This record gives sequence, C-alpha cells and structure tokens, in this order.
Amino acid sequence: MHELLKLDATEVARRVKAGDVTAVAVTRAVLDHARATEGRVGAYLHVNEHALEHAAAIDKGDKSGALAGVPVAIKDNIHVAGQQTSCASRILESFVAPQDATVTARLRAAGAVFVGKTNLDEFAMGSSCENSALKQTRNPFNLAHVPGGSSGGSAACVAARSAYLSLGSDTGGSIRLPASFCGVVGLKPSYGRVSRYGLVAFASSLDQVGPFSRSVRDAALCMNVLSGHDDHDGTSARRPVPDYTAALRSDLKGVKVGVVPGYIEQLPNREVADACTRAIEAMRALGAQVVEVKLPNADHGIAVYYVVASAEASSNLARFDGVRYGLREPAASGIEQYFRTRGAGFGPEVKRRIMLGTYALSAGHWEEFYGRAARVRTLILRDFDRAFEGCDVIVGPCAPFPAFKAGEISDPLSMYLCDVFTIPASLAGLCALSLPIGFDASGLPIGLHVQAPAFAEDSLLSISHALEGALKQQVDRMPKIA
Amino acid sequence: MDEATVRHVARLARLELTDAEAKRFAADMTRITEYVSALANVNVQGAEMTVHPVAERNQWRQDEPAPGVGREQAVANAPESEQNFFKVPPVIE
Repeated sequence: MHELLKLDATEVARRVKAGDVTAVAVTRAVLDHARATEGRVGAYLHVNEHALEHAAAIDKGDKSGALAGVPVAIKDNIHVAGQQTSCASRILESFVAPQDATVTARLRAAGAVFVGKTNLDEFAMGSSCENSALKQTRNPFNLAHVPGGSSGGSAACVAARSAYLSLGSDTGGSIRLPASFCGVVGLKPSYGRVSRYGLVAFASSLDQVGPFSRSVRDAALCMNVLSGHDDHDGTSARRPVPDYTAALRSDLKGVKVGVVPGYIEQLPNREVADACTRAIEAMRALGAQVVEVKLPNADHGIAVYYVVASAEASSNLARFDGVRYGLREPAASGIEQYFRTRGAGFGPEVKRRIMLGTYALSAGHWEEFYGRAARVRTLILRDFDRAFEGCDVIVGPCAPFPAFKAGEISDPLSMYLCDVFTIPASLAGLCALSLPIGFDASGLPIGLHVQAPAFAEDSLLSISHALEGALKQQVDRMPKIA
Repeated sequence: MDEATVRHVARLARLELTDAEAKRFAADMTRITEYVSALANVNVQGAEMTVHPVAERNQWRQDEPAPGVGREQAVANAPESEQNFFKVPPVIE
C-alpha cells in the first residue's frame, strides 16, 4: 500500500497546501488502490473518470481550501453534478444529477476531489447494505461480513483506504452503524446543521448528511466545510458555525459523561460490552466524571422510528412514478404506468416500508400508529432534555454486536433491531457519532456511540478526540484488504 | 394482516404486487405491526405530537427570481420527452 494512504485527510490537505505532494499524486494513489481492492470490497457503484483532471486543476489553481486535494467519496443518494444518483435502486439506475447537492458544492469549493459514488441499501433503507439492488459491499475487516448500512459503501471505502473521507446520510443510524462495523469515525450531525438540498429524501424529519473519516480531527475538518445555513433547505438552521478543529482537546477535565444503566450490563455480546467499559474507564482516566442517566422511553425508539420513518418515506417516494425521471414500465394508461413502474423499480424492503407507511397513515389507522408514535417521540425528546441537564455526552454501544455475516439476518424485524442504540438520537435531532474503540477476538471493529445535545458538535468532537487519543494503540489497525 | 388489506394498501400506494409479494408482506406486516402495537401501552398523556425534531419556524425570503434548473436540464432524465415537455401515456380516455 502507498505510504500516502496511511495519512489522514488533515495531513494530506496540509501537505498539498505546502506543496510537499500534489493532488494528482494523492488521487492516483487512491485510484490505484481502489482498482486493486474494489473487486473484493465493492464499496463503489461508480468511479469518477475525471478525478485526475480535477486533481490536476487543483494543483494548478487554488490550494487554499480546507480539503485541498483530498479524495472523497459520496453516497449514491447525494448529487454530484454530471454523475449518477442511483440510490442503489433499479428505479433510478439511469439518473444523472443535473447539479451538485449543497454539501457537494461545499466540498468542491474546499478543494476536495470526488473519487466516486458509493453503495447503499436501496434508498438508504437497511442496516447491512444488502438491500442494494445493484451490488454487494463487503466489510474490509472480514470479507464474509457485511459493512453495515445503509451507508455501507461510504464506510467501507474509508476503512479500505480507497478514500480519505466520505459522505453518508443517516436517518436512524445509517452513518453510525456502518462506521461502527467498519472501524471508522461516522458522525450524524444535529438536525438542521447540514443542508439536505441534493440528498434524495427518505424521511424528512430525520435525514441528515454527515462524514465518515479515519480520525476525529478529520470529521471536525469536514464538518467545518459542510455546516451552515442554506437557502435551499428550509430546515437548515441559522446558527453560527464554530471552528470544530479549534475546539479539539486532549483531556476530559470537567466533562460529565452520562451512561444509561443496563445498556452495557445487559448486552448479550460480552466483547462489545467489555470494549465499552474499557472506553468509559479511559474517559475517567482522562479526568471525566461518569454519571448515570436515564432514558426510560428510548426502548420505544424502534417502534416509533419504523412508523414515523416509513410514513414519511411513503410520502417522499410517491415522486417515483415514471414520469419525470428514472425507470418507466410501459402501460396503456398513466395510472397503470404508476403501478407497473413502481412494482418493477422498487426492491422488497423499499416496498415493505412504503406499504407500512401507507398503512400507518391510512384512514382508520392514523391515530393508532402515526399519531401515537409522534407522541411517544415527544417523550423520547424529553428524556434526552432531562438527561443532558446532568451530563455533556451520553455514551454506550453503537451496535449490539460487531458486523454479522452476509445473509445471516434475513428477517426484516430482526434487521430493524440492529439500530436499537442509534435511533433515539435521530428521533430527537441530536448529534452523535461512532468512535472506533477496539476489536473483538475475530478482528471485527467495535464502535462507541457518543451522543450530545443538538448543535453541540463542538463538544461531541472535542470529547471524542480526547478519547481517541487515549485508545490509539488498541484501535490503529489496518484491514488486511488494504 | 390479511392479503386483502395488503392489496388495499398497495392500491393506495400505487404499487403492483405479485401474489408471492402480497403473501410475504401480509406475514411481514403482521409481525411488524404487532411489534409497533406495543406503543399502545405507553402513557402519552400530556405529550403533544412531535412531527419535527426542532422548533425552527418557516423561513421566508423575498420573492425574487433567481436562476434555477433550466427546461432542458429538467427533462434530461425523463423517460420520454418532446420539445422540452414530459411525455406521458393518455390520462383521460
């Protein structure tokens, strides 16, 4: 493996700016590496054939951007002008984005080089990446295992060193779960922190775009670029964006870390539990005070989520009708065309969610399902408000287990249960990340879920950075594939 | 949930289902709605609905024209188009 691939994005950008290395050299190293490993990992749906030209333009032009010359990958449900946005679905397989998403435009302006578009569960619906209609992505730490989902390709390419950074989207855990499975940092920003303009909508009261990276400081650097108000997204917040890299610290003096009693003790997987316990001990050793917090309604998170997210999805996915873009199945009438196009274009999990959401919103069932779920969601929000009165962050396992084998979970409900720890923060609009904290005996990564109040990304990143420094020895491991 | 309900919901959602799909979804949705029904036991007295996680209000801006996606780009991904219009099968007999 090329020496350049062992660096993180922060260091690569520094060297490109200083003239120590060219953007072309870095991009070529990434493309060569991707060519050598993609046959086994399968993180990318599309590799950008213009990446080297783009890198050459940066070398000749402006190298002042925060991400000058850094190769990044984009989940294939986020627009990059002129490239496909397939959402890993047959219904959008032929779609070419007419313009950049706001996040993509911001990365472009910061000097990032787009390597390609990454695989996902179809329309970001899934926890293993196996629901992609186009490709199977494998976990770089063990090719028999899944990378997690839905942003599986974006997690796998950063873990495999086929990109320094990537973007994913997170609706109920779709950044954090694959980050945990692939041993990389994955951050879901607070609702409203990052523009969703140009992200294909799944569940609009939950969706957020966020970065995958190899270090917390890279996540901070990327969040400096991504964050801020956008006129094109009515939900984006008009709040100042702090310098997230400047806020990073190395100790935890005065920090209160909340732990929910039972989350770790009752975990069936003892290796995940022990890794979390060690990480909490490391936080204590750095000066943090560990306190107990209660989230009594978080247990209802999955039930609330699968009603709310499916309801919103059934509405958002109504736009795929074979009229303006994507697949069209020929039919004699317009109405019949809708049925046939959607029947042929959507995969089983997408259909299941549309069906569930339509049912939950239908006459006679609305109050019982959607209305009730939206009220329980309020109770979950209140739990977090109360919990954060006594602590700065809440930590625990990101996933109940490390990455499972491909094909191991086929029952939809069992798959939904993977997101038990990540969903509550999504329902409450908080920011949260998965931080690599170690490996199980078989060499699969384990992630710690760190959650902070909405718009407290600065303390989330700072606290995670300190812990990352303390665990570096245990965590710094290259997957064999790389 | 029986197959008739599944067929009804699929009609509302404009989804063509095969017989095998209808059968499978009847079983899946029965399990999922049973799981979700546990919410009926939660005491939600005094809890308003949260349909959005933040208290942001509508954001307004001046109604001024600005460049957008042009007609050619707007129809570029269309399965069928003519003279920059989307072309569809007859909707009215």
